[in-house]
Amino acid sequence: MKALRATWTLFAKECRLEFRTRELLTATVVFSLIIIVFFSFAFDPTPAESRRYGPGLLWIAFFFAGSLMVNPSFAREQINDTLDALRMAPVPSFAVLSAKILANLLFLSIAEAILVPVFSVFYNVSLVGIVGRLILVLVLGTVGLVITGTVFSAISAHARMRELLLPVLLLPFLTPVLIAAVSTTISLFGDARELDRTWVTFLAGFDIVFLAASWILSDFLAEG
Amino acid sequence: MKARIPITLLVAALVFFGGFAGLFIAPDEATMHEIQRIFYFHVPLWTAMTLALSISCFSCIAWLVSRRATFDLLAVAGAEVGVLCCTGGLITGMLWGKPVWGIWWTWDARLTSTFVLWLLYISYLLLRELIEDPHRRATLSAVFGVFAYLDLPIVLLSTTLWRTQHPQPVLFGGPKSINHTMLMVFLLCMVAIVGVMILILIDRYRLERLRFELDELRVEIESREMDAQQLPAKQAVPGKELPAKGTA
Amino acid sequence: MASAAAPPHTVQQGLGIRFDRVERRFGSLVALRSVSLEIIPGEFVALLGHNGAGKTTLLRIAAQLMRPSRGAVKFVEARPDASHADPSDKLKDEVPDVSVKALIGLVAHSLLLYDELSAAENLTLFAKLYALDNVPVRVSAALEACGLASRATSQVRTFSRGMRQRLAIARSLLHSPRLLLLDEPAAGLDAQGLAWFSATLERLRGNGCTVLMSTHARNESLDLATRAVVLAAGRVRHDTGPGNDPRPLLESLRTEA
Repeated sequence: MKALRATWTLFAKECRLEFRTRELLTATVVFSLIIIVFFSFAFDPTPAESRRYGPGLLWIAFFFAGSLMVNPSFAREQINDTLDALRMAPVPSFAVLSAKILANLLFLSIAEAILVPVFSVFYNVSLVGIVGRLILVLVLGTVGLVITGTVFSAISAHARMRELLLPVLLLPFLTPVLIAAVSTTISLFGDARELDRTWVTFLAGFDIVFLAASWILSDFLAEG
Repeated sequence: MKARIPITLLVAALVFFGGFAGLFIAPDEATMHEIQRIFYFHVPLWTAMTLALSISCFSCIAWLVSRRATFDLLAVAGAEVGVLCCTGGLITGMLWGKPVWGIWWTWDARLTSTFVLWLLYISYLLLRELIEDPHRRATLSAVFGVFAYLDLPIVLLSTTLWRTQHPQPVLFGGPKSINHTMLMVFLLCMVAIVGVMILILIDRYRLERLRFELDELRVEIESREMDAQQLPAKQAVPGKELPAKGTA
Repeated sequence: MASAAAPPHTVQQGLGIRFDRVERRFGSLVALRSVSLEIIPGEFVALLGHNGAGKTTLLRIAAQLMRPSRGAVKFVEARPDASHADPSDKLKDEVPDVSVKALIGLVAHSLLLYDELSAAENLTLFAKLYALDNVPVRVSAALEACGLASRATSQVRTFSRGMRQRLAIARSLLHSPRLLLLDEPAAGLDAQGLAWFSATLERLRGNGCTVLMSTHARNESLDLATRAVVLAAGRVRHDTGPGNDPRPLLESLRTEA
């Protein structure tokens, strides 16, 4: 379908641009790493405390780094007004939005793939036997973050102080995702090593609801 | 609006009587005694807040669909008044919590979600402050407004699920059987406070509306001044004003 | 004379635009005040006026990058059986706005190109977005034509001003638009670039493409214009109208400037 092809073309463009410089990826990984490390300086946790608070720390790091990472999605398109060029092209505005959502998902996932092993090493949290389910939780939580973050990037791109505004808009909004993701990760890291079905369904529901909302409202985001 | 003064007086009277009734007429409550009376103001504030924010969300959608300025003005008025009521609700909640539970705050489902709601709408107002172009501001904040409103039930659901896992002290627990006089006083206060909210909402809307109309007038005046200046200078080029038939 | 007999891709009827009491405000700044203008398919309209007169805003509204605050913009096309003799009598059909995007090209103040992509990558991207066929062939032909074939794989941020402008123009023409909107397109072009640009415009004119070009009075390409519209303070100050020779007005403006 034409729209899918357009989404793919734009997604490829986002990837090409990012992998050429890798600035965003590097900054995201480093920033998350700093948060993870600072936690141990600030709290000097015992092993039991690490396991108890680790999931929260991990997700806070991803949320904070993620909310900074999605900012350039639309801010970068203001150089040379390339967003205008995309708006003039006969592609649906949702295709432009989806391409950026997918790209952000890819970049943040790469950062997470690097950071989770690092975290498990620093805090002696074993990931044996739960990797698959952990990935599921990471994906569901990250998707929620990235969908909303990209939409809010489009919104705040036209505002003053947008680097500060975006986290202010995004983080309260993502409270449910934070609660769900942390709760699920805690039960995964805990003794029972089980996946909480309720929360997983909840996360999936969040993702679907806001993906649909983004689709419906994408035309309004594209207006000048 | 001619009816303005009588209505304001009526609402003021309701507030006065409601307050009096809440403090003196309503019977003493068995377990909490005096502090329970805050319930007559606290719950109506939540109701007023919900109403104000619903009006705001409706207006956001209406703006996106119709592009009529009225809806944008109503959206911001509703959000501001909603935040006001929310702040009132949070404060009265804290005032109640301290004597009863000994703590100013707890992260129970309802308080947590209310606080998140407060943050969301504060950021809505902040977003509006930071976008200069009126048309863009209206459209983008409307999209955010819709998202924020959709998030409210989700936030409440998540905090409820979260807190059923780890029960905490619940401020204002579930419905309890209520004495008839208490119910009357409660309803009176409900009407009074919602009435006050609506009056403030209308005033806020009218303030925005006046600002909007002032801008329109300024633009019109400037436009006419520019036209007046243009006319004498440009008549120097003869015969080119009207499309001429045939070739020159 | 039925134009249906002519091979379709050499004679492309241009798109016309109808501006109906268009107003555009940015807060308290009014850029356009009640502009009513009908541009007939196939016309080459020179849009003139001082800075701040509203030329860029009008072009951006025509490009559908912004909506008018008031009034409407509609796109029209000539019916295939219309006679070419009298432009003002052409029968018109209104074109639904959504499908119009693929028919419009824009050269704006901004580059509309990605600095971090190469010339070829930029053109390939837009060729794919416009769903063109034979993308590699078209892209290399376009680069060849604007003289940038030797720098096809260099990133745009390494290009000079003139080269960027040439690439921007090439990008706007990639999908063979039927309406070309140009906002001071000659800015930054060197003599060679200007020559290529004029030749390209002539070819487009021959194909019947509608051109709306905003420029300062001393541009060579104005020789191709079939109509001149002057904007001042957001209103149409002068309009030579369709089918009338704009050269006297252009001359007088040249000497005035």
